[in-house]
Amino acid sequence: MSGFVDKLLNKPSSADTARQRLQLVLIHDRANLPPGQIDMMKEELIRVISKYVEIDRAKAEIAVENEGREQRLTINIPLVAESRRYQG
Amino acid sequence: MGAKVVTITSGKGGVGKTTTTANLAVALASLGYKVTCMDSDIGLRNLDVVLGLENRIVYDLVDVVEGRCRIRQAMIRDKKFPELYLIPAAQTRDKSAVSPSDMIRLCDELKPDMDWVIIDSPAGIERGFKNAIAPADVVLVITNPEVSAVRDADRIIGLIEAEQKGPAHLIINRLNPALVKKGDMLTAEDVVNLLAIDLLGIVPEDENVVASTNRGTPIVLETHSKAGQAFMNIAKRLNGDEIPLMNLDGKGNIFSIFGKRTK
Ligand SMILES: Nc1ncnc2c1ncn2[C@@H]1O[C@H](COP(=O)(O)OP(=O)(O)O)[C@@H](O)[C@H]1O
Ligand SMILES: [Mg+2]
Repeated sequence: MSGFVDKLLNKPSSADTARQRLQLVLIHDRANLPPGQIDMMKEELIRVISKYVEIDRAKAEIAVENEGREQRLTINIPLVAESRRYQG
Repeated sequence: MGAKVVTITSGKGGVGKTTTTANLAVALASLGYKVTCMDSDIGLRNLDVVLGLENRIVYDLVDVVEGRCRIRQAMIRDKKFPELYLIPAAQTRDKSAVSPSDMIRLCDELKPDMDWVIIDSPAGIERGFKNAIAPADVVLVITNPEVSAVRDADRIIGLIEAEQKGPAHLIINRLNPALVKKGDMLTAEDVVNLLAIDLLGIVPEDENVVASTNRGTPIVLETHSKAGQAFMNIAKRLNGDEIPLMNLDGKGNIFSIFGKRTK
């Protein structure tokens, strides 16, 4: 009956949880990049990029995306506009 | 022309490779094809008992590789289909007794006389797996709709691509429609989306599989069983026929008021 009760409480089913966990696990397995290292890589990338341009750290997005079985690293980092730079 | 070599593999053990090999071999033989199936799980022989041929073994795969017999002498003829053969694995040796080039050589020798050669692979990603896929024209990956089986299937699919044997085709085995309906089992669609490879078929969980294995008569001959029908459909698709996926929905119950479970 767990499925029935979960649905009434709007709780994700165990199958939903399994799917979401697998989505992440497969990304790390395929890229041979453990989750902790992805975080380290993100921080390092942001540090390097900010040496050259001023970026909006809060909005920086670095993620591994799937397209079929192909994976790509997507980096989406807004640069801080010139007008905002002058305002300090 | 010669036979097509199909290798059945999985990554994780116990998901149904041997069951699938036996059933596809019997299905193709029942469709009138000449079939040899080969057990490459050296040290853990199983295909012989699933096919009910364990009492007829004289020579095995390693005997052929090491030149103690000719390939014909190691081919055990099936009880029911005179053009279905089994080459059993050696029971007392390990996987290093056979190399990928041995497997290619054996299959090349079988090809002119057969329509299909079906190879049952051991679990794992080591030597046994490499042996099993070396001669393959087509690789089938078996998984269960379950977290660790899907994860291991993904690893094996990657390795099949790395060995230039892809793209592999997927068989989802032991799908339990009642559990799917309850939200406690991944749907076939989930598994296909996660693994991103072509789906060849879905085999439901079916207790008759255990009984047919007890008897040594693959379930595909029981035309009333769902799993048997599913294996027959897969064999026909493998043969190039267009057969729609079976409807595996469970009987209507209280959960059906929530409709179909899709994302
Ligand atoms: N569709 C199914 N329904 C029920 N039981 C199954 C099904 N497929 C396989 N089994 C059972 O699961 C077990 C493992 O199957 P097996 O083919 O030996 O797996 P593998 O060769 O991958 O290790 C066996 O006991 C078999 O009878
Ligand atoms: Mg097996």
